[in-house]
Amino acid sequence: MTASANRGLGEPAAPSGRRRFGFSRGAARRRFSLLTRRDKLVLGLMVGIPTFIHVFFIWLPTIASGVLSFTSWNGIGLDKIRFIGLKNYTDLFTGVYPPFWPAIQHNLIWLAVFTFVATPIGIFFAVLLDKEIRGTRIYQSALYLPVVLSLAIVGFIWQLIYSPDQGLINSLLGTAKTPDATDWLGDRSINLWMILIAAGWRHVGYIMVLYLAGLKSVDPNLKEAAAIDGATETQTFFRVVFPVLRPINLVVIVITVIESLRAFDLVFITNRGLNGLELLSVLVTNNIIGEASRIGFGSAIAMILLVVSVGPIIYYLTRSLRAEQA
Amino acid sequence: MTVTTAEPPAALATAVALRHRRTPPQRVVLQGFLILTSLVWMAPILWAVYTSLRPYAETARLGYVSIGGIYNLDNFVNSWNGAELPKYFLNTLIIVVPAVILTLFLASMVAFAVSRYSWRLNLLLLMVFTAGNLLPQQVVITPLYRIYLLVLGIPEPLSDNGRLYDQYLGIMIIHIAFQLGFCTFVLSNYMKTIPRELNEAAVVDGAGVFRTYREIILPLCRPPLAALATLQFTWIYNDFFWALILMRTGDKLPITSALNNLKGQFFVDNNLIAAGSILVALPTLIVFFVLQKQFIRGLTLGSTKG
Amino acid sequence: MAELRTPREPGDWTIARPPRRRTPARILVFAAAFMLIATACGGGATPSPTSQPTASQPGESVAPTDAGPLGEVTIGSNYSDQVPKDAFQAMMDYCAGEANVTPKINTVEHGAFQDSLNSYLQGTPDDVFTWFAGYRMRFFAAQGLSTPISDVWETAGANYSDAFKQASTGDDGEQYFIPMYNYPWVVIYRKSLFADNGYTIPTTWAEFKTLAADIQADALVPLAFADKDGWPAMGTFDILNMRQNGYQFHVDLMAGKEKWTDSRVKDVFNLWKELLPFTQPNALGRTWQEGAQSMINKEAAMYFLGTFAGEQAADPAVHDDLDFFPFPVLGNEWDSELAIDAPIDGLMLSKAPANPEAAKALLACVATGPAQLEFLASSPNNVAAAKDADTSSYSPFQKKMAEIIGNSKAIAQFLDRDTRPDFAGGNGMQAFLQNFLNDPDQDLDTFLGTIQSFYDSLPPQ
Repeated sequence: MTASANRGLGEPAAPSGRRRFGFSRGAARRRFSLLTRRDKLVLGLMVGIPTFIHVFFIWLPTIASGVLSFTSWNGIGLDKIRFIGLKNYTDLFTGVYPPFWPAIQHNLIWLAVFTFVATPIGIFFAVLLDKEIRGTRIYQSALYLPVVLSLAIVGFIWQLIYSPDQGLINSLLGTAKTPDATDWLGDRSINLWMILIAAGWRHVGYIMVLYLAGLKSVDPNLKEAAAIDGATETQTFFRVVFPVLRPINLVVIVITVIESLRAFDLVFITNRGLNGLELLSVLVTNNIIGEASRIGFGSAIAMILLVVSVGPIIYYLTRSLRAEQA
Repeated sequence: MTVTTAEPPAALATAVALRHRRTPPQRVVLQGFLILTSLVWMAPILWAVYTSLRPYAETARLGYVSIGGIYNLDNFVNSWNGAELPKYFLNTLIIVVPAVILTLFLASMVAFAVSRYSWRLNLLLLMVFTAGNLLPQQVVITPLYRIYLLVLGIPEPLSDNGRLYDQYLGIMIIHIAFQLGFCTFVLSNYMKTIPRELNEAAVVDGAGVFRTYREIILPLCRPPLAALATLQFTWIYNDFFWALILMRTGDKLPITSALNNLKGQFFVDNNLIAAGSILVALPTLIVFFVLQKQFIRGLTLGSTKG
Repeated sequence: MAELRTPREPGDWTIARPPRRRTPARILVFAAAFMLIATACGGGATPSPTSQPTASQPGESVAPTDAGPLGEVTIGSNYSDQVPKDAFQAMMDYCAGEANVTPKINTVEHGAFQDSLNSYLQGTPDDVFTWFAGYRMRFFAAQGLSTPISDVWETAGANYSDAFKQASTGDDGEQYFIPMYNYPWVVIYRKSLFADNGYTIPTTWAEFKTLAADIQADALVPLAFADKDGWPAMGTFDILNMRQNGYQFHVDLMAGKEKWTDSRVKDVFNLWKELLPFTQPNALGRTWQEGAQSMINKEAAMYFLGTFAGEQAADPAVHDDLDFFPFPVLGNEWDSELAIDAPIDGLMLSKAPANPEAAKALLACVATGPAQLEFLASSPNNVAAAKDADTSSYSPFQKKMAEIIGNSKAIAQFLDRDTRPDFAGGNGMQAFLQNFLNDPDQDLDTFLGTIQSFYDSLPPQ
């Protein structure tokens, strides 16, 4: 809430910074008009080229996805695109396409596990590691290590643990190579949870490092003052530190939601998102690649993914960007 | 402080202990918990390393959970040569290096313009970039795939089929387009903290806009650029999705995407999979250990991920 | 509320500049070192002969003349597994000399090849590409993504039976496909295991089930089974449907002329349920390769699969110990039909080949027995499609394949080759069959209703 929350934006800097900012904005506007024609052109190019790349390759396709979601197209020849109105959407919602509702459900489970399990664990570790203890860097590295691995590698590493005949768990249980071997990734009643363990393994480290950076920026005086007032560590965290860290909490929430919606690699590598691991992202992919693609249909699923993502994105933008410019 | 972990000089240990003035038992429990957690956390990776060091025949004979028998690097040699990993490493490099450099170059220009000059569209621009970076890749992919197939006439050294599809260039471009959002956001935040007076001085010196950017602002942005370079290297290196869809020729796949194909063909047992995974993870692990500070700073600078 | 910024260090740039200068340099050094290692080792790591397919071999084989007067033909190949990859290479080397062309093989991983075929053919495809006969071929021909090769067939046609010609013909009556070989889906077993345990070959459904029960009593898995990739289970559906309802019903169902909600389809799944107690559990987590391994390692007694399962028997002695029999008959009016899945693999010509003349010369060569035998020499798990192939060189394994295919009066391709691709794929039948296997006791009417409504939701063709 307050500037003092962030050590980086310490007490003296913030007010003066704001004043400076306000002043220089006026100055800049004046100066901007003083720019030569050439300067304006250069500035235009400096902004224009990257903006073109970004808009052409990201936003244009996004809009096109929206348009295509009302069509039927097998991807061969632009002349074969036919507009079919809302049929793709009605097919999705009326259950003609069986994997759709399971995918929604799995995405929600993913989100719930990340939000209520992985993220809190990450925050918990951050709080522990924020204490000045010996070896904290080593512990941080250990917890953070999975984050630098690609999800593809994470998938492979966990297959070493889960595989029915050669995997660690079944070997430990003594069921490897027997008919009793549990197929951790093939049994659809459990495989989503197994994948979530692997995904959470990575997510925890990610949240931990973000939150730790936030915690480091909390004014230690705040904590000390709370301690003097007789607050326990838990009370200090929930009543003092946590509220002060609202900016970082916001970031963590958005990252958790976006990561849950984006989940793809792990599942695709495990079994291409079939058999209990359906996710929206995989359904889009499965519909647009393949011998006979259903471009329109895949786009409709992509649009649903977009609509769900837009909420957190807008929330994030309005909170962080607008606030900053104010 | 009789914890078993490290070997810092006794003086330092006492200093730490003194500073805390905490009751040792609580600390011991905490240390114990953290050691245990770290081990559990590392276990999957350690298990992969252990498995990779044993020939398949040995694990078949003794079981995977066992000690003894032969340990060697055969699995690494076999996957390195058999799966022709160097070829895929090179593909990755061809994509990553220009992509990182160009992303940072383009993003720093936008950030410069947005943060140093007042535009009516500043806010909108920043929103467009940041939001674009948060979109799920699947929202973009379908039309992008078509654009990549339809664009024609890319000259020879950049594309051997005239298109963006199945080309290093195409993969590079989509990484640049996507990552621009994050880098612009981080860099513009950073540049805002650089005093305006520097611009004014430059103007007095008669420097044009580009010179101000190139000679004054950019050199001051080394810390975030270094951090972003580290982070971007890892992210682009780790990407699996874009090449999966936008690349076809197996020999041109970057290493992370190639791994999945190789699994069926070469990595037939868990020992080879383990060795291959470790080899592929190695560059990011090295970057992490060597440039850990940059890496984490990159993340926390923006605190949003691409 | 300027505070809602994420933590960072605004003062950094002034204080901390000098010491940090090193870091970008370090990154570059790292990157350069990485590149050096990769390229240095890359130079040394490519001696495996198949990785550089045609750079040298055709040059050698056609050494006297200038390498391939007709010029280069590029071939997109999905033979990414080692055995068929070598086999295909051998055939192309042979045709390089015969047809005086320089083939250049472009191998793409099997699954990726199929997934990307659509965009590949629309983009800049190779001149010739490997593909499958049946509906799956006709689909791409009808989309104009393939060049008709009826002229090649005028001469090559004498070398093929009518059935093969039929399977190579598109909707417009032109030929688009050169068959190389086919292989039957049969029940594969190890002779030594059957001999040791005194098992006899079953020919009827009742005998089959009795045998399976005996095997189970011997603490073996009667039938290996794997469907992780979604498609192997289609073979089981095909054979049960053809045995139960006959070939014509099967192809009509595939073509959408019959409904999945038909009670005859339900019979098929009920029949399948009788089989399930004897099949390997956890099939959805197992690849066919692993399934074949369990049969080869005598953990499972039998495996219903294409004869390509033999590729998994690396040891020739073990391969010689493999044998197979046709899926048992049910004792109904379709018994004499002996219908079978015997998919045909072959080559097609892309829509705008760079060098059509050379490509057609190559295709004409592939249509000959000697060329096909070159392939089969390295991969004796198929039988040649051309009539003039010298079958005297066949192994007993291959002779039996030819016999079983010859005895069959109705040959289907395979579910995913006989129906529209968007119905067969991961969104459709693959997922539906996995769904059934996951919960065989579900209400079949609902299950089949879902399949039919999915089929109906697909765009008209």
